Amino acid sequence: MGIAFYLVSALTIAGALATVLLKKLVHCALAVTVAFLGLALLFLQLDAQFAGFAQILVYIGAVAILVVFAILLTRGSELPAEGVFSKTWLVGLAIAAGVFAVLGWAVLRTAPWLPQATHAPDVTVNQIGQALMGRYVLPLEIVAILLTAALVGAVIVAMHEKEGTKE
Amino acid sequence: MSLATPLASYLLVSALVFAIGLAGALTRRNAILVLIGIELMLNAANLNLIAFWRFGPHPEALTGMMFAIFSIAVAAAEAAVGLGLVIQVYRHAKTTDLDQMNRMKG
Repeated sequence: MGIAFYLVSALTIAGALATVLLKKLVHCALAVTVAFLGLALLFLQLDAQFAGFAQILVYIGAVAILVVFAILLTRGSELPAEGVFSKTWLVGLAIAAGVFAVLGWAVLRTAPWLPQATHAPDVTVNQIGQALMGRYVLPLEIVAILLTAALVGAVIVAMHEKEGTKE
Repeated sequence: MSLATPLASYLLVSALVFAIGLAGALTRRNAILVLIGIELMLNAANLNLIAFWRFGPHPEALTGMMFAIFSIAVAAAEAAVGLGLVIQVYRHAKTTDLDQMNRMKG
């Protein structure tokens, strides 16, 4: 475990914490972009280059932009008068802390039996393409249909309907 | 803090990001922030998949990597539909505050 891992983990966790704690929604969108970048760097550290760059393209390139658009379209930059946290925030925080306690306990308990560091697998994009066109061709097609349906559905849902007009 | 394996530290980071995302989804009032929290949780799960793939016995089989790639694609679809729904709800209710949206009837 090099120092790079601790730096990138600290960046990721700081981004995630800032996302949850910051008040202004635009700042939250920027902070979540930092968290996504940190996760992509962790993917790269785990020798998953393709997944890391896919993460950068999809999350920083598309999802972050979508979030910013949604914030601007819903006037989310205005601060609500009654605070940014829900009335039941204490319960939510307790549930999240409980989930982390259980997950952390499970990881630390099983840590001695987890596999040690192995040789770095060298996976080329060629191999990933072969696998996507061979063994995983059916999931790939299903994801293609899902993405098409989701895009059409999102446009239809968000399309502006005039008052009094029929569909 | 000294951990036996690098896998355990990746899993701990992933668990922490998941818990932060869950806390965000459960405690924030704004619907967009709830969606962002769900995205963080999905990303933490992806980190788990990639970490287990990397330190598993057969990384050349690419199974965990494929799981993560498909999960990223599904998460993109989910974000697009979710944000579309938030925009439509905002048009209808003139707010994205979830505490004020307490009835199913429009």
